This record gives sequence, structure tokens and C-alpha cells, in this order.
Amino acid sequence: MKPLSSYLRRPPEAASDGSGLAARVTTRRGGFTLDVDLRVEPGEVVAVLGPNGSGKSTLLGTLAGLYAPEDARVTLGGRVLLDSADGTAVPAHRRRVGMLSQQALLFPHLSVRDNVAFGPRCAGRPRREAAAGARRRLDDVGVGELEDRRPAELSGGQAQRVAIARALATEPELLLLDEPFAALDIDAAPAVRSVLRRLVRDTGQTTLLVTHDVVDAVVLADRLVVLAEGRIVEQGPTAEVLARPRSAFAARIAGLDLVTGVAADGGLRTPDGGTVFGAASEPVDDGEPAVAVFAPTSVAVHREHPEGSPRNVLPVRLAALEPQGQVVRLRAAAVPQGPPWADGLAADITPAAVAELGVEPGDDLWFAVKATEVSVHPRSR
Amino acid sequence: MTRAVTRTGRGSRGSTVSLALPWPVWVPAVVAFGLIAVPVAGLIVRTDWPNFAALVTTDAALDALWLSLKTGLTSTALCLVLGGPLALVLARSNIPGLPFLRSVVLLPLVLPPVVGGLTLLFLLGRTGPLGQLLNAWFGITVPFSTEAVVIAQTFVAMPFLVVSLEGALRTAGERYEVVAATLGASPLTALRRVTIPVVLPGLISGSVLAFARALGEFGATIAFAGNLQGTTQTLPLLIYIQSQNDLDGAVAMSLVLVVVAVLVIVATRTRDVSGVR
Repeated sequence: MKPLSSYLRRPPEAASDGSGLAARVTTRRGGFTLDVDLRVEPGEVVAVLGPNGSGKSTLLGTLAGLYAPEDARVTLGGRVLLDSADGTAVPAHRRRVGMLSQQALLFPHLSVRDNVAFGPRCAGRPRREAAAGARRRLDDVGVGELEDRRPAELSGGQAQRVAIARALATEPELLLLDEPFAALDIDAAPAVRSVLRRLVRDTGQTTLLVTHDVVDAVVLADRLVVLAEGRIVEQGPTAEVLARPRSAFAARIAGLDLVTGVAADGGLRTPDGGTVFGAASEPVDDGEPAVAVFAPTSVAVHREHPEGSPRNVLPVRLAALEPQGQVVRLRAAAVPQGPPWADGLAADITPAAVAELGVEPGDDLWFAVKATEVSVHPRSR
Repeated sequence: MTRAVTRTGRGSRGSTVSLALPWPVWVPAVVAFGLIAVPVAGLIVRTDWPNFAALVTTDAALDALWLSLKTGLTSTALCLVLGGPLALVLARSNIPGLPFLRSVVLLPLVLPPVVGGLTLLFLLGRTGPLGQLLNAWFGITVPFSTEAVVIAQTFVAMPFLVVSLEGALRTAGERYEVVAATLGASPLTALRRVTIPVVLPGLISGSVLAFARALGEFGATIAFAGNLQGTTQTLPLLIYIQSQNDLDGAVAMSLVLVVVAVLVIVATRTRDVSGVR
């Protein structure tokens, strides 16, 4: 794994070395200031995580060419797309930047196949070649049999699959994903996410994902950039940032317990050979890199080894007590005889329960999580 | 309880139970409908059916019908070619003074058509500022020609097309055009392959309304183009003249216009007027 420092802000002369995306955007809108310096290496998937109003949409709009901030410089693969210093602004349709948003926005008057063929046709491909390519793309996303349908006849998940095929059919140099699963049914989202993950991975598609859902970032992204109030407050490899958030903000939006390992029968195998029991939320092969995710509120805390049903029980040492509104977050550290990955796990319990347990930092405790509370997701590397 | 069950039980596919209208609504509603329907029905009763065919196929009638169709279609085409881009500018551009431009475009809707015709005459007449130039440079005299009929009709019909098309463009929004741009479509390609097809229902209903308005045009035409058989005498003008001396002929030709109007309404209704499916 690369050292964290290699992801930190680079000097400006390195920002246009000719590969990947380099974007420096400073803009003021009302009382809000966005000040971001961002790089995406070729083939890399970077997730920008932040709450609403943190400047994510402005950033995407700037990259796509829909918005020109007063002070910005964007280069992609050596081409200058935007430079406020000399007034360069390549129009959206010549940027080779694709975009997939919450809504599929398929053209209602075109068949599914013609929607996917639209981009290649604009690029001058002959009609038959574009149609054949569209069929292949539709097969790739698993809706090949729907090629003659109209968009109005599709479900939300099907429409979003077609939108994925359409965005990738132009072979964009950079793909922007704007909360691409936020509008989908909770049942449809994992399968569509899995399709997108496979395609983005297989083709080495340079991608920038914007989301407020940690799971999207875990499943798709190599690297995580945390945006708060228009600034990058933290960045680094996804699992690292989420497991050990260095800023209070990242900890709050991460808000989940994560354990990395590989997928195994019944859950996840950790590097030390232990098992976290849980259910796969989307298709993941045994042995594939994966991450087990559970909410701190689903963690029960005990003084003694608990009897009964919880499948996941682990010894920890209490590192810190953090008040978080209605609950108190117990932050764990590993104990020598227990699993090393317990380090940094959080449990949220009520102040009354804290008083009843009478715990303080340094105490040895047991964390227990039911297998039904643990979801296992594939992860990027 | 039981009643509610039987009422909604039928609508298992989501039919809504309508609330009862208060009784004072019904009487004026019936009067309003009658005000429109009874005169039209009266026209059918009053028609001299045995001579109907002869009345609507006189030279003057055929000339007027042919001229009306020809000028009506020409002005509809002009509304499309000129008003379509105007609707795009009103709906999509951000030039200053858009609200003012929009109210100017609506002017022919609220202006008495005769006044519209007179303003055209003042501008393009032999002594008008533009008419003088056209006459001096090209020897063109616009008023009292078939071209004048087309200009008068386009003047009154334009707002119908612009308003319905602008509405359709606003309803559709810019989101499809944004998607088209990220897929590599130039603004012209996006207009041709995305914007126009998406607002096509609005474009069609706007054109049909504009055609209907052009066909019925009377005031602006008689003020600006006059009443010459075969050149500027459209069907409404002929009907008005006939009603002064030959009422049977006027009634018969009125019926022809009613039939055309009904056809227009049927055509617009089958395509959704709102412009979105």
C-alpha cells in the first residue's frame, strides 16, 4: 500500500504531468466557498464523500463542463479542459467526460439500444456498428433482452443499467458518478452496484464517484476523499480512512464499523485467520477481497463473555469514551490475546448502559454482534 | 364503513372516488356549455341542406376555401420556422429582459386583431416607414396582397405556437440536453436528436392551434389585406360579406369552418395538449 503522504497535495507543476485528472477548483457561491485540489490517476477510482452542501455537485459540474467557477484549472490526460487564468473552457461535449447520475435520464423517444448507441453515433460511428456495440454493452450490464424496449417500460434498476451501458459506450476518459444508486430501490441497488463495479474494474475506467453512502465508496473506490464545507479534510486508501478516521468529521460520516479480509463461507475471513460471521449483500466470490460492515449501534457491550446467540464475540480493551448526542461511543483497542482488527471498532450504547457497566478506558470488555447485523461487501483490492 | 369498502373495492386498480360537486356549480356550468353548443347546433339546423353542395362550391367559396388553406398552412410553417427558435430563446437563453420579451410576444393574444392589422398597415403600407423603403428599393407593395394575408395570420397565430412550445421546453427541462452533451453531442446535434423529439407533442399541438387561429383570422386580414376574391378573400371574410345579402351561403360555409375546427380539436386532443406524455 502506498504511504499516505503520496496522496497529499502535490505542487502545481506536478498537477499537469499529462495523465489522469488534475483539478484545482476555487469558487464562492453565496456564503459558501469550495476550495479543492484533486487528482485521479489513470485507472483509479476515487470516491468523494461528503454531506449535502459540501460542494460535491459544484465539483462534478465543473469537471463535466456545466459550470465554470471563477478560479479553476482542470486537466485530463494532458489536455487542459478548463483554465480560468487564460479563459480556456472546453465545452462539455468535447471533454470526453461521461456522467451517470441518480436518475437514469434515458432519452424517452429512443429505444434502449438507440440510447446506448447515441454516444458512438455522435462520435461518427456508422449506424450498424454503433447498434452492434450497443447490443454488446447491454449484454455486459445484463439487460441485452430489453434492447427493443422503450425507457418507459423499464424498472428503475433496469433503466440505471442501461444508463451505465450508455455512459460507458462513449469510452470516456473520465467517468463521473453522481450518487448513482441513491434513487434505486434498496433491493435493486446492490446488483446494479455490483455490475458497475465489475465494468469499472475490468476496463480500468478512471472514475470519480460522489456519494454520501459509505458502502458505495467501500465497494467501488480505491481511494477516499472526504469533503466538508468545501474543503478536503482527509484522503487516503478507502479502508484506511474509514477504519481509522483522523478527523471527527470523517468518523461521523463513516459512522460504521469495518473489518477487512476476504470473503469466506458464512462471512469474512480476517488476515489473522478469524471469521466475522455475516451475510453477503451482493454477489462476492469466496477468497475475493471483501469488507464486513456493521453499525456501532448493533454492537452489544459486556463485562463477561456473553452466553447465547451472538455469533461474533471478541475481547477488546476500551480505548476511549466519546459522547455522541443521544449515545456514548465506546472506541475499542485490540488486546494481545484477541483479534488485532478489533482496534478502532466502535460501539454505541446509551449513557444509562455506560453507568450500569461502570466502564472506563483501559477496562477489558467483550463486544458482541449478531451475524444478521453484519453485511459483507466486495471491496477494491 | 361498509359503504367505504364497497366504493373503494371496485377501484382496486386505483380509480379515484370523486367527491360530490356542490349544487350551485351545476347551473352556470350547463349555461356555459349551452352558450357554446347551442349556436353550433342551431347552425346545423339552419343549414339549407338540399342546396348545401351548391352553396359551398360556388367560385367565390372555392376560391376562399383554397386561399384559406394555402395561407393558413403557409403561416403555420412561418410560425414554426420563426416561432420555434423564438420559443427556444425564451425557454433556454439567459439574455437580459426576457420577461419583457415574453410579454411582447403575448401581445397579439390580447390585442384586438383589427388593431394588429392597422399596426401592420402603418408599418408596411405605401407610406409606412418600412413600406416606403420596400417600394422604393424593390418595387414591392405588401398591403392588399396574398402575402399580406400570410403576414397578418402569422402575426396573430405566432403566440399560440411560441407559448405551447415554450411550456413544453420548460417542462422537459435541460436535463436531457446535459446528458446528450456528456455523451458527446454538439449543441446542434442535441437540439436535433434530443430536444426536438422530446418536445414533439408540444410542437404538434402548438402548430395545430396556430393553424386554427390562422384559419379563423378576420380582423387583421381585412384591415391589412382587404377583401379581394382569389387574392385576399379568405373564408371568414367571404362568410362575413355573404351574411350581409345571402344568409344561406354564409351558413353553409360557416359549417365548413366548424367541421375544420372540430377536426383540429380532435387532432390536438388525441396528441396530449400538455406537451408531455
